[in-house]
Amino acid sequence: MAKKVQRTYQQDIVGDGISSIQKVREPHRERPGKGVKYVLTGVCTLFLSVMLLLPLTVVVTNALRDGWEAYREAVSDEYTIKALQLTLLAAVTAVAVNTVFGLFASFLLSKYYFRGRRILAALIDIPFAISPVIAGLVFILTFGNVGWMGDFLKSHDIKIVFAVPGVVLATVFVTFPFVFRELLPVLNAQGKDEEEAAALMGAGGFVIFRRITFPHIRWALLYGVILCAARALGEFGAVSVISGHLRGKTNTLPLHVEILYNEFNTTAAFAVSSVLVVLAVLVLIARNIVEWKKDR
Amino acid sequence: MEVLGKGEQGSMYVQMEHVCKTFDGFHASSDVSFGVEKGQLAALLGPSGSGKTTILRMIAGLDMPDSGDIAINGVRVNDIPGSRRGIGFVFQNYALFRYMTVADNIAFGLEVQKKGRKEIKTRVEELLELISMQDLGKRYPHQLSGGQRQRVAFARALAPNPQLLLLDEPFAAIDAKVRRELRCWLKEMIGRVGITSIFVTHDQEEAMEVADTIIITNQGRIEQTGTPDEICLHPQTEFVADFIDVARYEALHKGNTVL
Repeated sequence: MAKKVQRTYQQDIVGDGISSIQKVREPHRERPGKGVKYVLTGVCTLFLSVMLLLPLTVVVTNALRDGWEAYREAVSDEYTIKALQLTLLAAVTAVAVNTVFGLFASFLLSKYYFRGRRILAALIDIPFAISPVIAGLVFILTFGNVGWMGDFLKSHDIKIVFAVPGVVLATVFVTFPFVFRELLPVLNAQGKDEEEAAALMGAGGFVIFRRITFPHIRWALLYGVILCAARALGEFGAVSVISGHLRGKTNTLPLHVEILYNEFNTTAAFAVSSVLVVLAVLVLIARNIVEWKKDR
Repeated sequence: MEVLGKGEQGSMYVQMEHVCKTFDGFHASSDVSFGVEKGQLAALLGPSGSGKTTILRMIAGLDMPDSGDIAINGVRVNDIPGSRRGIGFVFQNYALFRYMTVADNIAFGLEVQKKGRKEIKTRVEELLELISMQDLGKRYPHQLSGGQRQRVAFARALAPNPQLLLLDEPFAAIDAKVRRELRCWLKEMIGRVGITSIFVTHDQEEAMEVADTIIITNQGRIEQTGTPDEICLHPQTEFVADFIDVARYEALHKGNTVL
């Protein structure tokens, strides 16, 4: 046992999450009249139609405007495939790195008491707070040729800015807090009693994690992973700044769409967009399954 | 290993000597010394925030004392991890493993000790019978009543055959009606198993009724240690005299119940 002050600070939660996973069931209230219901439904439907359905229809119709052949060509274009590969690479790396990081950080903040834990929790949220473009610029100023680490990286022949590592790094950065934010409230709510009980019976750290902690956090973890993946797939700002838009090298799918669009290649732009839409829909379906399982 | 607690106090099973503990400058325990004899049921009694849970957690190895010695069965255990002190611990909210069935909860400690499957099965059945829950082994904790949960926590703590049972506010989470019943049940069980036990409570009636020895805590200090009779008839400090409601004790003694 470490000689650390370990206590459950239930009231002192760092992230009393605004997580959609931890829904509080409200008591039944007096129901508003039917008129209100119809108005609300109408407003929601209108809003969703204008903001979501219409654009989605535009994407699909424009993508198929020149027929299937043109669509197939645009989607199977060499640069599109490369961009898709890079996007997937960045997303998978971001998910892997941030899952491990999120697990460690949320464990640290929920199970241990130490000075500065609130500051640490706030720091982890930085990617949520600052604009991704600024994040990209910060990376250029840190790792670029004239940046702080420029000379060191140059002398070791490591290229980050305008190269694949930069794209991956930027994606990891902007998706940093997702897993952490999903896990923290769940771990805080669990407290330490069950883990202490298991430890007193002689269970080691790994057994405790596998049999007690993991069953508790698995849906939150998966949910965080999905959110993280969704964000990573669509990331534009930070990647745009740091990638240099090198076609076939550092272009991700969203960047590729922009390039195609700027070249007035609208059909191709929408065709590639539709690939992203499909990925997004898959993620959405996965998210809903997880939410449903979680609330079961 | 140093041998403690065999001196003037006689053969104490649990012995605390000059134990101090602070949390961020708050004195949770100041110079705590007391002993509990083998086979006894002792109560740590005091108002909330008086440091009784801290004492229990230090005996269990969940918190480390800043100074002083803790001995169990004559052996100084300060540097021995809680899992090797031969204790069973019942948490205030039972801390049952919510993703395991009742049977798996009870079996957990034995599985961790790598006991044989057959042996585990026999022991789990034996304990389920002890707590009269033979048919509920496949239930999950959230499907049980408060009293049933407490019984499972009790069985789970006893499964690896500990020599010392520690209970943190074992009745706090149970509504008043059942509490009394459970109290008697627990006392009887502890008697039947014959295990040295220490429980934490802020309810003096509970302590008077159940415990052989009462250790009264206040502001991190031990005010008095003694049998319920000694404490009621000869309170040694102003605090004890104030804290203990003698009228209630007398009523209890006459067999009347004051609730």
